[in-house]
Amino acid sequence: MSTSLIERFQNGNRLALARVITLLENDATRRESLLSTLYPLSGQARRIGFTGPPGAGKSTLIDRIVRVFRLQNQTVGVVAVDPTSPFTGGALLGDRVRMQSSWDDPDVFTRSMADRTSTSGLSAATPDVITALDAYGKQVVIVETVGVGQSTLDIAEITDTTVVVLTPESGDSIQAMKAGLMEIADILVVNKDDRDGAGTFSADLRMVLEMRQNMGDWLPPVVRTSAQNGSGIDDLHARILEHQTHMNTSGQLEIRRLRQGRAAVTRAIDERVTNILSGVHEFESIMGALSKRVAGRDLTPMAAADIVLSKVGL
Amino acid sequence: MTQKIRVLVAKPGLDGHDRGAKVVASALRDAGMEVVYTGLRQTPEMIVEAAIQEDVDVVALSILSGAHMTIMPRVLELIRENDADHMLLTGGGIIPKSDMAKLEDLGVGKLFGPGTSTRDIIAYIQNEVTERRKLVDD
Repeated sequence: MSTSLIERFQNGNRLALARVITLLENDATRRESLLSTLYPLSGQARRIGFTGPPGAGKSTLIDRIVRVFRLQNQTVGVVAVDPTSPFTGGALLGDRVRMQSSWDDPDVFTRSMADRTSTSGLSAATPDVITALDAYGKQVVIVETVGVGQSTLDIAEITDTTVVVLTPESGDSIQAMKAGLMEIADILVVNKDDRDGAGTFSADLRMVLEMRQNMGDWLPPVVRTSAQNGSGIDDLHARILEHQTHMNTSGQLEIRRLRQGRAAVTRAIDERVTNILSGVHEFESIMGALSKRVAGRDLTPMAAADIVLSKVGL
Repeated sequence: MTQKIRVLVAKPGLDGHDRGAKVVASALRDAGMEVVYTGLRQTPEMIVEAAIQEDVDVVALSILSGAHMTIMPRVLELIRENDADHMLLTGGGIIPKSDMAKLEDLGVGKLFGPGTSTRDIIAYIQNEVTERRKLVDD
């Protein structure tokens, strides 16, 4: 049973990898025991996140960059997250449409995931799936978030290099100065480089980046690409490697991994607390009654939370 | 465990008429399933490789080109070669009744012709996956 699945996983069986990912996503009990096996096996892979607004070309860019990593003989895992409908719970996972050039390469494994209505651009299980690909032996793990605008920060908590993909239409320099997406970028990509305004927009981005204080010693480069015709991809690859070398030699990698560890523990605590609370006797009806009072402005959300927490002695 | 039904929707062959595949993909999504859509011009090898990596319960193919008697058996054969027999292979398109019967004899699931209600497809997939999951043990 479980042992044989892990054995097959460790023997490099991709069906076993695929099934392990399914269990991590869906089966809370199996997940815990699987992770205790996978955790010690992971930590070797280079983790790269791609984020940015919908339609910026993230999938196509990843499809291209995977080929470059493969030319360097690196094995690659890709996790592509698309949104779940909060109304039906269903999802259309369409990133594979643009990720087909490695379909017959046994050293590339691509998995689509629904975000299960998480608001972070990732799903709760995404960090675990990265761990699985890493433990499976993938040397590079690439994560594509749901297309997001200004505030998705979680990706930076699970990857070592965050690539933010924009297009010339993404806005002017004032947009770029707003907090959020720009601040998590280790590398900025202006994709669809052949379109009008690419040069001005790239220059604006550089200016905004240079104005930033407390940047540390890494100034995020702005790379111009056209994922469609392939220009700039080698440059992007070189910048990713450069960033990783920087992370290694500056000690930043260790700091970031520590931060990731902390974020992982925080998530686990949240999850445990949520589980404990949902196990409270008549949780749903208590929640129903409290929600009603909060909606009627009879109770603050904080006071309602205290009532729920007191049920479990917190 | 409450596991979402995962379905791969693909369109093998060379014609570009993917409206049917998109309608079905949207309907399955709206029924709460996670639908991996791989798009046009897929070979049987591409379809089965994607199905394995995505660990789907169902492979749903749209075939309008008349190549169903070649493509369906080949996809089924690849599914079996890869020890992925738990996957349901189903689909639809312009497929004569007599061919549907032949394919079902080979082990392909129910096939749906023009005019089918998406509700029937959803119900069929939900029932079939529930049954199959009882048998899978990993």
